[in-house]
Amino acid sequence: MNGFAIQFAGALLITIGLGLVSGFLGTVFGLMLAILKNARTPRVAGLITAYTTIVRGVPELVIILLIYFGGTALASKIAGRYVEINAFTAGIVALTVVFSGYATEVFRGAIAAIPAGQAEAAKSLGLNAWQRWMFVIGPQMCRLALPAYGNLWISLFKDTALVSIVGLSDIMRVASVGAGSMRAPLTFYLAASALYLLLTTVTLVSIRSVERRYPALGR
Amino acid sequence: MDFDTMIAAVMVLSSGLALTLSLTVMALMAGFVLSVPLAFMRAFARPALSRTVLSYTYVFRGTPMLVQLFLVYYGLGQIEAVRASVFWVILRDPFWCALLTFSLNSAAHTTEILCRGLQSVPKGTTEAATALGLKPMQVARLVTFPIAFRISLPAYGNEVVGMMKGSSLASTVTLLEVTGMARQMVSMTFAPYEIFIVAGAIYLLLTSLAVKATQFLERQLATDGTARRWRQPRFATTVPEHRLTTPMP
Repeated sequence: MNGFAIQFAGALLITIGLGLVSGFLGTVFGLMLAILKNARTPRVAGLITAYTTIVRGVPELVIILLIYFGGTALASKIAGRYVEINAFTAGIVALTVVFSGYATEVFRGAIAAIPAGQAEAAKSLGLNAWQRWMFVIGPQMCRLALPAYGNLWISLFKDTALVSIVGLSDIMRVASVGAGSMRAPLTFYLAASALYLLLTTVTLVSIRSVERRYPALGR
Repeated sequence: MDFDTMIAAVMVLSSGLALTLSLTVMALMAGFVLSVPLAFMRAFARPALSRTVLSYTYVFRGTPMLVQLFLVYYGLGQIEAVRASVFWVILRDPFWCALLTFSLNSAAHTTEILCRGLQSVPKGTTEAATALGLKPMQVARLVTFPIAFRISLPAYGNEVVGMMKGSSLASTVTLLEVTGMARQMVSMTFAPYEIFIVAGAIYLLLTSLAVKATQFLERQLATDGTARRWRQPRFATTVPEHRLTTPMP
């Protein structure tokens, strides 16, 4: 059991790393897509809507499988021999795609919820587009988006468990290896769920404290 | 891209559709039946009981469904008493394990959704019903629950979509639903693109239909201005938001 404690610690770090990297990348892409979607170009907005609809309507597991096995097939075709994509990379790409799909809609909704008068007032004060974003729209948008955005992080940490199916040695994987070799599945999966519960609780508490610190203005 | 493979995949994957749908529908139904009394307890019972329900929903919503599924499918067999009991006939079958897990998970999510709906029923309405001489049970059945259900419908639509997507996890316990069929076919043909894209398209079709059905039901049940105001989510979207909204314990 002792050896597995060390393995679980390493696996926890892998899960946290996977979550943080894909959450960060997903936020960046989601923000970019949300801004693009709000800039009135129907064709671009239509494309982005298609992207978010597809990502949110397809199971995360299928996206992960598609990117892992599809990526391996693509890399093999390009290299001309069998190349296997690293599960961690595939996991980051897949979870970034999922997270950005949801985050785009969250940010877009938050931007749309800011009264048009705010941007107009900023414009009339002579602020340029960049300044309007940084000083007027951005800060208000962040506060509005925070509760839904926090839920995305909780879902993200739960979705990391799915990457174990393509062989990433995260919490779930260590649990199933342990369950197999020690013939104690109940113990190992209970330990895994305790770790995940810890992870989601920490995320929840930190998001709620940020929410209390920065409540949505004018509500 | 090989179109012949894709057409073959459509044929093969469709045979998993029945299992996906039956898992989803049965889990949603069992989850709903379980969650109605739990939601009333969570919303109106004394704090100790409400906390107990919260601890159930918190644990089930705070851990991945994959872990829950593996706990039920692999974990329960470790207990000697379970293997000796009559339940073993059910619990060694992957289908029933998946159904049990999905139902418990769905019940946890639905409880919180309905609880939020129950809490936002205006107090005056229930007081008026009591003043008209309705017994507590009648108030709950005829007034509070229908209003709460209407309020919760958009969020419940997310849960339906979530469960539809979640049913893909059944492929990890050897069940051959749409994802399971896709994985099996990929391992035989090694054409991951074509097959997983077809699988994704099938799920997209199913989830879009679920979203349309929920929207239709919302329109059917809308009665007055208040309901309409509640129905409009702040972020109007076609496929709804991620479903987990964990409250503070």
